[in-house]
Amino acid sequence: MTDLAQLSNVLGAWYDFRDLNNLQRLITEWIAEWGPDWLASIVTGVLGALGILAVIGPTLLILIWVERKVISRFQQRYGPNRVGPKGLLQPVADAVKLILKEQLAPRAADKLIFFLPPVLIFVPGILIWGVLPFGPRMSVADLNVGVLFLLAVSGTAVLVIFMAGWSSNNKYALFGAMRAVAMSISYEVPMVLALLTLVVFSGTMSVNGIVEWQQQEDVIFILLFPLSAIAFFFAASAELNRTPADISEAESEIVAGYHTEYSGMRFGLFYAVELGNTLVVSGFIATFFLGGWWLWGLDQWVPSWIILLVKTGAVYFLLIWTRGTLPRLRIDQLMSFCWKALVPATLLFVVVAFVERTLLISEGWDTTVALPIMAVFNIALTLGAIMLFARVARPAPLRRPARIRMAGTEIGGLRAARQVASRTEEPQFQVGGD
Amino acid sequence: MDNVLEQYGHLGILLIFAAVFPSIPLIASWAMFKFGLRPRLPNAIKSDTYECGVETEGPTWVQFNFRYYLVALIFVLFDVEVIFLFPLAVALDSVVVTGLVAALIFIAVLFLGLVYEWRRQALEWR
Repeated sequence: MTDLAQLSNVLGAWYDFRDLNNLQRLITEWIAEWGPDWLASIVTGVLGALGILAVIGPTLLILIWVERKVISRFQQRYGPNRVGPKGLLQPVADAVKLILKEQLAPRAADKLIFFLPPVLIFVPGILIWGVLPFGPRMSVADLNVGVLFLLAVSGTAVLVIFMAGWSSNNKYALFGAMRAVAMSISYEVPMVLALLTLVVFSGTMSVNGIVEWQQQEDVIFILLFPLSAIAFFFAASAELNRTPADISEAESEIVAGYHTEYSGMRFGLFYAVELGNTLVVSGFIATFFLGGWWLWGLDQWVPSWIILLVKTGAVYFLLIWTRGTLPRLRIDQLMSFCWKALVPATLLFVVVAFVERTLLISEGWDTTVALPIMAVFNIALTLGAIMLFARVARPAPLRRPARIRMAGTEIGGLRAARQVASRTEEPQFQVGGD
Repeated sequence: MDNVLEQYGHLGILLIFAAVFPSIPLIASWAMFKFGLRPRLPNAIKSDTYECGVETEGPTWVQFNFRYYLVALIFVLFDVEVIFLFPLAVALDSVVVTGLVAALIFIAVLFLGLVYEWRRQALEWR
């Protein structure tokens, strides 16, 4: 029995959209009145999972439209504009078409491993949503090792990609999978190092703790560690197999890479997971480097998850932008950029982070003074590193091709032929001679 | 909030949902087949291995280029070593200067390894 006061209390908390934790606490308390403890935990967990899926499902459909529309604008075309107003219903039409399409499986494929990847590839992409904080302490699982969890789970996607490529028993698929594995694991190293700088500086491995540190110190990490942000951005776009680094599904080389043999809805899942992963990665970039749900006090007035959503959208647009403007890199360029540029640079910044953090702790400096100085120093160091890279990696100047010399051959048109005919000595080469 | 195991339990629930979610369109597709709306007419040509219209030559599962394994080896070395820095980074508050020295020595060794690989041309993609 709930009386009126309790009901208004419930409604008041319900309407406080700023913090969904209120809702969770209410449900927990309500269940604790009549049920066992584990039920409350399971119900909140299920609600959190459903909430995340309710975010992912519709966003995937919208993102298909957004991605195609924005890319087409970059390429000076209209993009989808037939189905529905402004082509908004295009993703629905695509989904219906893919569901109704025949699903082929090659005779030579390893059947069990062939059928698993379209489902399994979604798992890491959805699982890392669990540690993304939508607000203060507002995530499905507020782990104290959130960064490690993120790295570990996102690393398993490589395994699924390799399963898809290997089981297809197709040479293009195998090449694509091999390239994807080599590139993903290579770019994992600068990614880990870039996150390590943040962990060193904020002194916590919790994703939420990193955001709280930024809130506490009134600074966003992209100002303190711009090179880590750049490295993480590029490494993430490589892990996502998006265009500056999409050698694993390079259309002009290896058809569609590891999902060459997948058709119908199975292909649709591979297509969708790329967009979903891009979204969650831009969410993590926004969280780690742009302050996440926090925006200089605005989070007191606007629901924190709207702030996160706006930042995520901005990063997502940046990812589409790089996809729309940059050409695809060769595999040797990608690998050497990773190992010879990103890894040493991020390693340098790990050292910088360690030293600066130790100075902050041991000297007890005032952070309002020390952090801007460190930010300026780090930005200068980043610019220096980029300029050094630009100087070292500058392509060799184009050489004028050497003039073609004709040494006594019959090639070269009528004039050359006359010259040859007027010669007294025998030409060195004869065509069709005996 | 405070119970660590509860957080991992939530992740477990999320894991189950993450596996069910992508199955829904596949099940829908299968249902469409059951209702007779989706074709399933495999034939010898269709279920052949796709190779741009050419018949595929030889087995696919052969020994692959060595450089991919080299990259994997270097990755394992680096990733495992870097992971050791995470606990040190979190505990830096309590082991201030000693921790810094340890971290610097560790990173120096790591960097030496990178320089060695670079000099031995293990990082070249040939």
